[in-house]
Amino acid sequence: MHNIQLLQEPFDPSTEISNLSRANASMGAVVSFIGMMRDINEGDEVESMTLEHYPGMTESAINKIVEQAQQRWQLGNVTVIHRVGKVRPTDPIVLVAVTSMHRGEAFKACEFIIDFLKTEAPFWKKEQTGRGERWVEARVSDRDKLSDW
Amino acid sequence: MIKILYFAQFRERLNCESEEIHPDDLQQESLTIENLMAYLAGRGEPWSEVFNNNQRMLVAVNQEISRTGTLIKDNDEVAFMPPVTGG
Repeated sequence: MHNIQLLQEPFDPSTEISNLSRANASMGAVVSFIGMMRDINEGDEVESMTLEHYPGMTESAINKIVEQAQQRWQLGNVTVIHRVGKVRPTDPIVLVAVTSMHRGEAFKACEFIIDFLKTEAPFWKKEQTGRGERWVEARVSDRDKLSDW
Repeated sequence: MIKILYFAQFRERLNCESEEIHPDDLQQESLTIENLMAYLAGRGEPWSEVFNNNQRMLVAVNQEISRTGTLIKDNDEVAFMPPVTGG
């Protein structure tokens, strides 16, 4: 079972994690990653950010990553929630939460999903700073990290 | 018709979100991603600058990231996008 959502509005990761944790009583481990909007990047204060995506492809790309994780490890449920549109500092941008019977698989699967999401799911961030707007550049380190898998 | 989508920096630089092109306009027997990019680059600025300097361009055909040489058919959806920055 997995739950993938793209949301225009802010969401509460703790509610989502709590729902996921109770979904299957045989799962003893819950691991989550929450990516937060920062108020600073490349030395500049960031006032807000706009997240663009490719409707249809974004959902199917995330779905494919989650399915790969499910084939690789024995998992319970997976939740992936990602914001689109306008995001403000301290807003959660992304939540990846995974359950499994024991912790090892949930830890690995959670990191695998966020690593591939960052390099394969079509989202683009544009920052609004005091010096104007700018597109965020893709990081080479994110792509390099995929070779760990 | 071939549906073409442009995302993020490319959408802004080209001032175009999407368009439709008739495959006959490209005058190719079998149309590849490269043929389509060469056709778009031939429109002059800003198209030539975006499509001639394209080492960091991702291309999706029918919502799947595609490699060079991929064939494009009538009714396909082709998207040109910069490297992704989500998460």
